[in-house]
Amino acid sequence: MTTGYAAIAIKNSQGLKFNMDLLSVKDLKMHFPVHGGILYRQVATVFAVDGVNFSLGNGQTLGLVGESGCGKSTLGRALLKLHQPTSGSIIFSGKDITHLKGKALQHLRSDMQMIFQDPFESLNPRHTVGDIIQEPFHIHGIGNTLEKHKKVLTLLDKVGLPSDAINRYPHEFSGGQRQRIGIARAIALNPKLIICDEPVSALDVSIQSQILNLLMDLQKEMGMAYLFIAHDLSVIKHVSDQIAVMYLGRIVEIADRESLYQQPLHPYTQALIASIPLPDPKQRLNFKALQGEVPSPMNPPAHCHFIDRCPIRQNICNQQTPPLASIEGVKTSHKVACHFPII
Amino acid sequence: MSEPLLQVNHLATEFTTEHGIARALDDISFHINKGETLGLVGESGCGKSVTALSIMRLLPKPIGNIVGGEVLFNDQDLTQLPADEMHNIRGNRIAMVFQEPMTALNPVYKIGRQLIETLVLHEPEMTSSEIHQTSVNMLKRVGIPDPENRMYEYPHQLSGGMRQRVMIAIALLCKPDILIADEPTTALDVTIQAQILQLLQEIQQENGMAIIFITHDLGVIAQLCDRVVVMYAGRIIEQADIYALFDAPSHPYTQGLLKAIPGIDKPAKTPLSTITGMVPSLFNLPSGCRFQNRCPYTENRCIDSSPELDQVKNDHWVRCYRHKELTGAKI
Repeated sequence: MTTGYAAIAIKNSQGLKFNMDLLSVKDLKMHFPVHGGILYRQVATVFAVDGVNFSLGNGQTLGLVGESGCGKSTLGRALLKLHQPTSGSIIFSGKDITHLKGKALQHLRSDMQMIFQDPFESLNPRHTVGDIIQEPFHIHGIGNTLEKHKKVLTLLDKVGLPSDAINRYPHEFSGGQRQRIGIARAIALNPKLIICDEPVSALDVSIQSQILNLLMDLQKEMGMAYLFIAHDLSVIKHVSDQIAVMYLGRIVEIADRESLYQQPLHPYTQALIASIPLPDPKQRLNFKALQGEVPSPMNPPAHCHFIDRCPIRQNICNQQTPPLASIEGVKTSHKVACHFPII
Repeated sequence: MSEPLLQVNHLATEFTTEHGIARALDDISFHINKGETLGLVGESGCGKSVTALSIMRLLPKPIGNIVGGEVLFNDQDLTQLPADEMHNIRGNRIAMVFQEPMTALNPVYKIGRQLIETLVLHEPEMTSSEIHQTSVNMLKRVGIPDPENRMYEYPHQLSGGMRQRVMIAIALLCKPDILIADEPTTALDVTIQAQILQLLQEIQQENGMAIIFITHDLGVIAQLCDRVVVMYAGRIIEQADIYALFDAPSHPYTQGLLKAIPGIDKPAKTPLSTITGMVPSLFNLPSGCRFQNRCPYTENRCIDSSPELDQVKNDHWVRCYRHKELTGAKI
């Protein structure tokens, strides 16, 4: 473990601001075996996350955007060690947590929390809201009964729920309110990082904006970092400092918010931005829609994963994997994995 | 303007549940013309899907019932038609595409059988080879590669986007006059959504059918529709031409919805404008305006009595007492 850690420290010292980053991910891979047949042998592999690199600073928001099956949720779960990564490393607060287990992992999780997509399935229907929110204190042995009760009331207030919610059950609340309960639980231990996995995609527009505002307010107040996973580019644009676009297990483009939207370099990012239905009838899309569909992550193309749908592919795309790198003429923080980025 | 293709007048639908009677639709009136795309927009529970189910007479029995109003199509009131005559219209003259293509397709039947079923039912004079050929051609038309072989595959072998194309193919087989699309792209990714919207537009241009497009996404509405009906808690609160609705929304709810979208052109990391509070429960509706508890402009009269739909201009109607001062308020 030490050697891996040292190697990464050296690698990082060459470019990335290692000490300032809260989270730094190096060549992370998460492959799942597929078993089948009479003998239940491994017959295939799902390359859910296939070599991802990024880093996230304290108090920053990294938006992770991509279509279903691109591996964005798996990446989020692997960071929390809900899945054991196949290879690569995760450095959190300067510590390699890739192989952490047991007590040490449990302790770490007080600094990393998650908000889930479905507010109906992520709360135990048999527990009162008070029980749900104080469970983190329970797990980490914090406070006595009275203190816990007080803390729960403060948390309820923070997320904009009435204090009488404490004795009620999740089914008595609407989707937006349930998402607030999930948020209260996630911020209970003052984490440094929250992984928000599609926190607003199950909500109506008028409720969605309430929850986004709450998340942005809490970040300002408590200074935590977000890894914000979503498929909605407008939402991602609104909350993120930095945005990474994922396609079939890999990051194809990463940049700060303004550069990504003003100057998308990867043909996939461009197609994604061009596919957003704008709420303005005077700006109708001419629907030069991207053809085809995402290939199966069990059998991705050998080199550039986007090759089948790419309008500008050439021979080299089928022979060499384009690295995620900065290119001439744009900011160095803007990186793209394409042989022919469109400037 | 010619005679409308479908005219819904004062439609009311109720659900009888163990908690009491919920009036899911109340005084719903709108029409759709030939070749037109009408958007039905609103948040969950506002009654947009119930409107579609009421028109199609597909309400869950016995709890859901049409209790008033009429649905006029070809001079017939669909709400009063005997079941067998309704069979001839449903899936034939008026077809529907549902949100979830996995649950709408039967998982144990091959794609081909599900297509053929529609034609066997509605086109009795067709021979089986004609039926097969028509089905294959339709799969091809909706952009399914290798349609001959797809006929022999099961729904689970197709991706979400492909399944939705199959649903659209089934709906279009009998060349319906009206296609009701209930959130057909909500479960799909943006690039696939763009493909499906493009497909619907092309087919509409080819055969001139009318589309009732139900969605909660104002972006999709803006891209596709000619006219829009905005629903809230079982009522129509605004109805307008697409440009009028987006340029000069009159109802505070419509205004609020448009403001709450985190637009790609809005400044990032700033607080979004919100609509406070929540939609009232259908079991416990306020007596006056249904938006009163969330509206920033509520007055006494809004609480005392409910406003009627009032004409703003031409084809623009709104259910608000104060629309004259609010119309086109800076958004």
